[in-house]
Order: sequence, then C-alpha cells, then structure tokens
Amino acid sequence: MSRLASLTLRLAAGTAMALSAPALAQDIAITNARLVIGDGSAPVDAGTVVVRGGRVVAAGANVAVPAGVPSVDAGGKFVTPGLVAGFSRIGLVEVSAVDATEDSNSRTSIFSAAIDIAPALNPLGTPVAVSRIDGVTRALVYPGNSSGLFAGRGALVDLGADRDMVTRAGLFQYVEFGEEGAARAGGSRAATFLHFRALLQEARDYGANRAAYDGRSTDNMLRRADAEALLRVLDGRDRLFIKVDRASDILAVIRLLGEFPQIKPTLVGAAEGWTVASEIAAARIPVIAVALTDLPDSFEILASTQSNIGRMRAAGVNVSIGLVDDEEVHKLGYARQYAGNLVALTRVPGATGLSWDQAFAAITSGPASAAGVDGDVGSLRPGRVGDVVIWDGDPLEVTSVPVAVYIDGVEQPMTSRQRRLRDRYMNPVEGDLPNSYDR
Amino acid sequence: MKLVNRILATAAMAAALSACAAGGGSGTSSGPATAAARPALVNLDPYPSTYRPFASVPTAIVGATVFDGEGGRIENGTVLLRDGKVEAVGGADLAVPAGYTRVDGTGKFVTPGIIDVHSHLGDYPSPSVEAHSDGNEATDPTTPEVWAEHSIWPQDPGFTRALANGGVTSLLVLPGSANLMGGRTVTLKNVPGRTMQQMKFPGAPYGLKMACGENPKRVYGSRGRMPSTRMGNLAVNRQTWARAAEYRRKADAGESQPRDLAMETLSEVLRGNILIHNHCYRSDEMAIVLDMAEEFGYSVSTFHHAVESYKIADMLREANVCSAMWADWWGFKMESYDGIPENIALVHNAGACAIVHSDDANQIQRLNQEAAKALAAGRRAGINISEATAMTWLTINPARAMGIDAMTGSLRAGKMGDVVLWNGNPFSVYSRPERVWIDGALMFDAYNPRLRPVSDFELGQPGEGDVK
Repeated sequence: MSRLASLTLRLAAGTAMALSAPALAQDIAITNARLVIGDGSAPVDAGTVVVRGGRVVAAGANVAVPAGVPSVDAGGKFVTPGLVAGFSRIGLVEVSAVDATEDSNSRTSIFSAAIDIAPALNPLGTPVAVSRIDGVTRALVYPGNSSGLFAGRGALVDLGADRDMVTRAGLFQYVEFGEEGAARAGGSRAATFLHFRALLQEARDYGANRAAYDGRSTDNMLRRADAEALLRVLDGRDRLFIKVDRASDILAVIRLLGEFPQIKPTLVGAAEGWTVASEIAAARIPVIAVALTDLPDSFEILASTQSNIGRMRAAGVNVSIGLVDDEEVHKLGYARQYAGNLVALTRVPGATGLSWDQAFAAITSGPASAAGVDGDVGSLRPGRVGDVVIWDGDPLEVTSVPVAVYIDGVEQPMTSRQRRLRDRYMNPVEGDLPNSYDR
Repeated sequence: MKLVNRILATAAMAAALSACAAGGGSGTSSGPATAAARPALVNLDPYPSTYRPFASVPTAIVGATVFDGEGGRIENGTVLLRDGKVEAVGGADLAVPAGYTRVDGTGKFVTPGIIDVHSHLGDYPSPSVEAHSDGNEATDPTTPEVWAEHSIWPQDPGFTRALANGGVTSLLVLPGSANLMGGRTVTLKNVPGRTMQQMKFPGAPYGLKMACGENPKRVYGSRGRMPSTRMGNLAVNRQTWARAAEYRRKADAGESQPRDLAMETLSEVLRGNILIHNHCYRSDEMAIVLDMAEEFGYSVSTFHHAVESYKIADMLREANVCSAMWADWWGFKMESYDGIPENIALVHNAGACAIVHSDDANQIQRLNQEAAKALAAGRRAGINISEATAMTWLTINPARAMGIDAMTGSLRAGKMGDVVLWNGNPFSVYSRPERVWIDGALMFDAYNPRLRPVSDFELGQPGEGDVK
C-alpha cells in the first residue's frame, strides 16, 4: 500500500513526550479485592484501589474510600492493573493479509526512521476491543518494516473506547539486527553494523549543521526527516528498541552500544538471551523477550527454550514478555497465557520459570519499565494511570476473563464485534426472518 | 514469516490407505462407509508402515483423575497397560496384578494421548528455511497425486516438542492449502524414526487434503491462471471430479487406461477409501462443498480451520461432518475475520463433531490449553460442557476424523496404550505432561533426561537436550 499521500510527518516535536490527557477521567474505587499491584509483589487480600482523576491515588490492604468516590465491591475477585502489551501492532492492522488495512509496514516509502506510527492508529479497529475486553489496557506499538534499516517511531497507546489511542507518540525507535537486519542492510550482519554506524554518523553531521546537510546527495543515505529522528535516538530522547536473537548478535550489539553512550536501549526478542544473560545483566539493558519460543525456527534461535525468560530473570536481567511478531495484532491476551506457562515451568524438572508474582509483573510493570514508562503505567502504585481490571478467576489461567475493565478510570464497554457475532449465532437456525435481522 | 506459513500452510487432511485399503480393514467405526473393490494391479500400499511398538513393561497408573477420551471421568482411577495395549481402566477397586510397574498418579490426571488432526510437522519443519518448504506443490491447482509422506523429514525437532510439552501421540500431517486438491495426508505415531515409514501409523486410512477459498485463487490467480475466483475454485474442482468419476468407471469396469496417480487418489475417495479433509473457513463455502460432495458421491470427513462453523452448526450435524478449529485465532486473513472464541463450544452444543487442531508447531504443544479456552468461552456463553467431554475434542473426535478411532483415541481396553500422565488438570495453564506412553512404551518422562528425544538437527547445537 502506498501511503506517501497520507503520510504525516511528525518531526521532532519536543512536546511529543507529554502524556495526552484522558478525555473522560473518572473517580472509581474497587474494594474487597484480591489485589495485585503488578510490581512483582504478592497479591493482597481484602484490598482496595482508589482512582481519582484517572490516576491511582492509593492501593493496598488498609485503604479508605474517600467520600464522593463511587465504589465497586469486587467480592474477593482478582483486581489487577491492566495488562501492558510489550510488543504489538494494535491499531495499525485490521486484517493482516488485506494490505489496505495493514498500516504497520512501509516497505516502499522513501522514509524510514522518521515514520511515526501514531497518526495511523485506529481505535475503532475491531482488534482493539477484542484485546481490551481481554484485559489489555496499554500497548507498545511497533512499526513494521520500512525500506531502510531503521523501521520508524513506535508509541505507547491505550486501548480505551474513545477516539484517541495515543499515550506517548514517538516513544521509541525500532531497528532489527540478526537475519532481518542483514536483509535490510544488503545481505549480511557485517553490513548491518556498518549501516547502523554510518546512519547515526550522518545524523550527527546533520545535527551539527542542518543548513549544510545535503540529504539528497548520492553520498547520503539519510533524508533530513530520518536524520532528525535518529538525532532523537542519539541523545536519548527516543529509546532505541533493538530486535536481536542470536547470542553472538546480542553480544555484538552490546559492544556496539558502547560506542553510543547516550542511547537508551531495550532488547527485543532475545530468544538466545539466556545463554548470555550475565552480559545483558551487566550492561543493564532491559529486555522484552519471547516467552514460549522453543523451536529452532531459524538458525539464529537454535538455543531457544521456554526457560529463556526465567533464566534471564534469575541472572538479574530486567526481562518481561512480548508477543514478538506473534499474535501481536489480534490476540494481545496471549501474553497472559504465556505468563501462566512460565509459572507452569516452575514444576518442570530442569526448566526455569517465574513465580506467579514475577510472571504477572512481566505483562504489566515489566514492559512499562523496559520502555521507561513504569512511572505512568503498568502497576497500581500511586500516580499510575487508572487502568484496572476485575477478573472472574486467576488472571493467568486460560479459563479466566475480565468482568470489568477501567482505563484512565473510565469503565469500558465489555463488548466487541466477536461478541455480537456470538450473540447472533447462539442459535444459528433462522426464525421468522434471516439472521441479518437479529441485532 | 509466521503469517505466511499460516496463510499458506493451512491444509485439510487426507486419510491414508495402507494395509487396510480394502476399507474398514482397520475396523474403524466411522471410516470409509462405501468401500469397494479396486483393480488388483495397483499396489495400494507401496510405502508401508514399518512402525513397531517399542519395548514396554506392564504398567499400572493409580490414583489419578482419568479422562477416558470418550467423555468419561473417573476419580482415583486405575489404568492398566500391558503388551502395548490398554488392558483395563477402572476405579480404585480395579486390582493391580503382581509384577506391574506402579506409577503414582495422586493429584495428577491421565488422558489418552493427544491427537492433532492438522499438523505440518515434517513437511514444514524447523528450521523453516526455504530448503525445508515441502508442504505445497504449488505448481498446479490440483495435485491429488502428491503424498505428504514423501515430504516428511523425521528429524523435525517439532515432533519432540509436541511429545514432551503437548502429550501428542498421533498426528495427521497434511499438504498445505495452496492447491484445491493438495495431495494425500499421512497419519503418524509421534515417535522418532530414521525414516518416515518408521513413524507411519499402521492401518490408518489415507486422506485427501482439499482447500476452499482465498489461498488457491490467490496463488493461481496471481499467475494469471485458473482459478482466480471462488467460482473458479469450484469449476476446477468439479471438472476434476468429473474426470475422476470417468477414470474410476473405467477402472472398475476393467477397461484399460494409462495409469494416472492423481486419478487413483480421487477414485479412492469416490470409493470411500480415502477421507476428505477440507480446509474451509467460511460457512457459505462449506455449504457449497457439501453439495459438491453430494454431486460427485463422496463425503467430507472434516472441515479444517472452520472458523465459521458456528454459523451452520446445525447443517454440519446433519451432514455428519467434523469441524477442526482453533480456540481463538481470527483476523489474520479476510476469511478468518468472523472467528469467535465460542466457535468450538457452539459446534459441540449443536451436536456436531468438534475438534481442536493446531496447524502450528507451537500450538500443537498446548492443545490442552486451547481446549480449556474453548471450554471456558462456551461456559460463559451458557453452554454447560464438562472437562471430560471437552477432552473428546483432543482425543476420540480427531481419531474418528482420521479413521483410527478403533485403534486409539480413548482409554478403552484393547486400544493402543497411548497415554499421557499430566502433573495437574490439563485444563489448567499450570499443567504439563509428566510421562507419555505410546503403545505402552514410555517415550517421555519429565524426570528422566534420557527419555527426552533429541533430533539429529539439534545434536551438537546450542541448547541440545535442554528441557525446551
């Protein structure tokens, strides 16, 4: 799909980091909860969470409900922060194989790093509601492929039933190393590293003297817009999310990052991360990792195992779960099934899993921390957004679902196009009129 | 890459005819119904199974909750395995004869081996490099002459994961769905082997994979050849069935004609000896396929992927066709847009045959969790289904669809000793297979690293022998 015509350039706006205000922030208190804060602490029984003005003001066992705040009795059910998708393309895609509805990839654009996914987001896309009623309230949205090495600028979004998905546009730049990066750079890993250095050097040249920069010379690989975007990476205004899986690639990327001390990196995927976990921990780079990948689907993930996250965590890595190129559009709720599976590993001899508390944090505060936004989202600690979910059972069980979802303190409609289809076809046999009249 | 695989690899299953090719030789209860004699000149089983059960000892699993695979549940049950077979299943009062190895199942669950009616393991193996892409003979829209078994790579590491993490003991491997008629399927026992034949399920009927909808018309339409539309799909199918009917007529009449491998497969379908496994997402297309089957005198075993079966569940019950479904995949292509989490439960609730399938090297490791999701979605919609009943979606129902239900698919005395001991309720995300027996032989034991198969491909590689 050509989208040159509709491409909106969002160049280097210094205000892009500001949180957009929720439209309908509300006050709500939920009491009598099996309360999960989401920061890795254990659940608290008979807990209360209070949200005012769309933000958590208190959560815990001995929290009073302020006068005038409407209150909901959770009846002892699990109450948790909304899930934070560590890897998604929610809002960018309706039907994956229908190109016209697929806005994550920009393979023939003349731009790359400057491509900002924010204006393409569609909160009314049907996958948004499907994941919303599955308890996912925030998501990191990644660009797909561009024509260059850098894919573009990703965002933090909310899944609320309103017109604006953007929480923070331009939160991070995305780049893939390994096999995909080699393909982007002309065929080899060596070329990927050269491209990376050369592109960032050009961005520096541009930043040093914008007027003199000739972005159209055959010697230059960067458009001005892309150079601006990379300057934001170089000085740490935008984080750099780096997809990398093979152990040797991870180590090479860590070395490469040593040349760019201002860059704020996050590793993504890291299927072989467990084999170099101590090095990742020492570099203090957070990781949004694949959870259940355990097959050598490519030669860069030969050592993949479901114990990947557990072993990295045990080695001291700040690691959380991402649906990396895996159900990243239509079923973001798979992240909690994966988290539950990591708990299951604690009973498998020779495997390393996560405790329940760690696993739940790996799909809430974990991805938020890896993106540097855990001060705003991902837990029920005071000051965070009022994203709260009441569950009908253990939220890591595949048989459980939310009974209520709040985003920015606003209660969300618990419906979707899928539910409408279900209701229409509970009894498929037509009555007096065809099913098309049932709604 | 995953999406491409999912879009292209989706296949229907074909039944294989092997030693039992005369129809019903395997004693299947729901297999070919109109088996007819065939010309004697053709070897119907030229690539015969050489599978032999591995060594086993008489085994008693005691104290576990047992799901028998046919809807039954026994608390504090006893399962006896002997000579590779299920010897007896009962409660705590079932005596354990002397000399049996006792396995304490207290707090654990026992089920039949899990059966996946839709897999591409071996045909699209890991690593999924181009050199391994052996599931679609996408050079002609109808290729009933190809056999999936001739693409199987026994060293696919995916087999071992399906065993250790998924408790899968039998699976149907199908050609992909690029073609209207993709070729014959093969039924495997999930044991490692040097050759495909050593994995081949003895006595399983062949199937023929067919495909509706987007894939065939896209693959061939994009090359400027027929079919490029759904109506083109039907036209090519019907013309091919007409040819097959004529080929069969001549063969049955003893008239000489050049041997045609494609027509041989289709003739066997028309004789009722090969089962039709039809990749078909949309309910309106399924209804057309059922008419086409009627027109040419064959029956459909199973619609695969079947995301819209819930819209015509009553018709599928009447037609006696199974639906093989995902718990919640949807939206990845236009014909999957109306997928809903209640699909499986709604099909079951209508009295039609429901199956949970994977079509995926990852999902095949968690079919129990997919069934749990489907069960829970159904219950929330007000459909009361027991766990024991939902287990049939993974056991006896796929066995029936594959024509192997007289041999496996439930814990019934005399059937193959294909059994999983789970370390907890298999409808919980927290449970995993602890031991897996295939024909009574212990082929996986989570507590015994020696009983964890490692494929040749993974030998000497990073992560070799890991728990994965």
